[in-house]
Amino acid sequence: MSVLQARDITLAYDGVPVIAGVDLPVPPGQITALIGPNGCGKSTLLRGLARLLKPRAGAVYLDGAAISALPTKELARRLGILPQSPTAPEGLTVRDLVAQGRYPHQGWFQQWSREDEAVVARALDITGTTALAGRPLDTLSGGQRQRAWIAMALAQETPILLLDEPTTFLDIAHQLEVLHLLERLNREEGRTIVMVVHDLNHAARYAGHLVAMAEGRIVVAGPPREVLTPATLREVFAVEVDILTDRRTGAPICVPYGLCSPAAPSLGAAPGGERAHQPAVR
Amino acid sequence: MRGAAARGPIVIRPGRLPLSWTVDRRVPPVLLLLGLATVVATVLSVGYGQYFIAPLDVLRTFLGLETGNPNHPFVVTTLRLPRVLIAFLVGLALALAGTIAQGLARNPLASPDILGVNAGASLAAVALIVLAPAAPFYLVPPAAFAGALVVAALIAALSLRGGGSPIRLVLIGVGFAAVAGALTTALLTLGRTLFAARALIWLAGSVYGRSWRELWAILPWLAVFVPLALLLARHLDVLHLGDDVARGLGSRLALWRGLLLLTAVALAGAAVATAGAVGFVGLMAPHLARRLVGPAHAGLLPTAALTGGLIVLLADLAGRALFAPVELPCGVITAIIGAPYFFYLLYRSGGS
Repeated sequence: MSVLQARDITLAYDGVPVIAGVDLPVPPGQITALIGPNGCGKSTLLRGLARLLKPRAGAVYLDGAAISALPTKELARRLGILPQSPTAPEGLTVRDLVAQGRYPHQGWFQQWSREDEAVVARALDITGTTALAGRPLDTLSGGQRQRAWIAMALAQETPILLLDEPTTFLDIAHQLEVLHLLERLNREEGRTIVMVVHDLNHAARYAGHLVAMAEGRIVVAGPPREVLTPATLREVFAVEVDILTDRRTGAPICVPYGLCSPAAPSLGAAPGGERAHQPAVR
Repeated sequence: MRGAAARGPIVIRPGRLPLSWTVDRRVPPVLLLLGLATVVATVLSVGYGQYFIAPLDVLRTFLGLETGNPNHPFVVTTLRLPRVLIAFLVGLALALAGTIAQGLARNPLASPDILGVNAGASLAAVALIVLAPAAPFYLVPPAAFAGALVVAALIAALSLRGGGSPIRLVLIGVGFAAVAGALTTALLTLGRTLFAARALIWLAGSVYGRSWRELWAILPWLAVFVPLALLLARHLDVLHLGDDVARGLGSRLALWRGLLLLTAVALAGAAVATAGAVGFVGLMAPHLARRLVGPAHAGLLPTAALTGGLIVLLADLAGRALFAPVELPCGVITAIIGAPYFFYLLYRSGGS
């Protein structure tokens, strides 16, 4: 099983460090969720893991080899990334989009092998987008579109899949649809998944491993039960919460009831709602 | 059209060879129709003129058959055919360059102008005509080509730094076009009226008086860069999804973007050196083609190429026919059609 690990990495935008000296071992075969307030660097860390952002210091290792030293196509066959709110050209059909996932497997002359066809058909099938295959992306609902993008990432056939806020801008039903799909991919195909999510209860319910971040560092990482504690959430989000237990799944549920800091704005105590008040800093 | 897409693409997988290819189902019939329209337009355009030749006689002459008129081979083959072929090839090259520019800029309103080709070519050509009026006119095309390459190279060098984001390309391209345009205008104002008038005709874009010599000059460029453009379709598709997605899929952004840029510049440069600044073709052709076959570049590039060729061919024919015996440059016709089309597109994109 592929092992992805960030060692002592520093990531910066335009010379301003967002993440400094962070170690992140990704547990193989599990779903890992990165949580934390806006601007804490979770998306940046994910981009670093996916080599979309080159570390200023330190490195990301895949099975012991630094990813910066791997040929980019080879890496793309082992590690897939779905960035936040990607956009497709107008009129592109779902099938054409998903077929792009085969890019790292294709060459000058081998551009649509039987294997490509079979893998794309399977990716459409597992994401429930087969019936939409001929439709242009711009005619789909947000949830359908997100499933199409996930299908593209699946067609890449990578053992590791990174997703940046895959449920953002989706209503609750579509959020669950996407999370169920990721859970299936993890359970049935053994794919390692790392995702940035905003909803703490979704993180606790679907991820086996949580990484809580604040101000460019990892505060605590571990199983949901150990990470979602009143003390940690006070430190990470500056919110006061009660932790309950979901009777169906045994997962922790956090119920926010207030802000700790009087300096903070009085609105939007819920962790999922803070997005609306602050510009997203990536 | 959606029904056709729903049936899935056409797959080409010959035997057990490690070869496979796929294309949208709409592409072959569209290419066939465009090809037929091109042949018809070529025959009409070659036959049209003060000395009219019936379409059937044009066809006979093409095939080397006797028409009973000894003038036909000379008029058809020597006088008119090269001009008509050049109109077609110029349109084809501009359309391919435009399709690539729109893909790279991720903006369907982009045109080869953002590559700086027209601006550089115009500046160099006008500078030569105005500042060195004694120079023979056959120096204008190579000067235009050189100007195109220099400005495009500057834009490419500046915009490719740091992977070359689309917005960077557009902004730098627009900036250079503005500066080059201002210099061109200054030259036209300062130059003597006679030379300025000559330069203006060149700027309008025309295939008037083009012969086999110009055709042979443009062919090698097309022979190299048209196949290259088609081969790069896959990489352009991936770049079209945005930098992050493309990098995640394993694309070598700087390499493919650089090659595509080079291809577009070479094609647009060859076109502008041959016929002057024929405008709006690189904008219109990809747009019309996208409506016909969708945005996947394997089908879009050849469709846009034939569309662009047909547009300039018809623009040249219209320019000769509308106010005969006065002849309008084909660049004026494409601008008359293209400018409103551009505003229509702007209006539509603003509404959505």
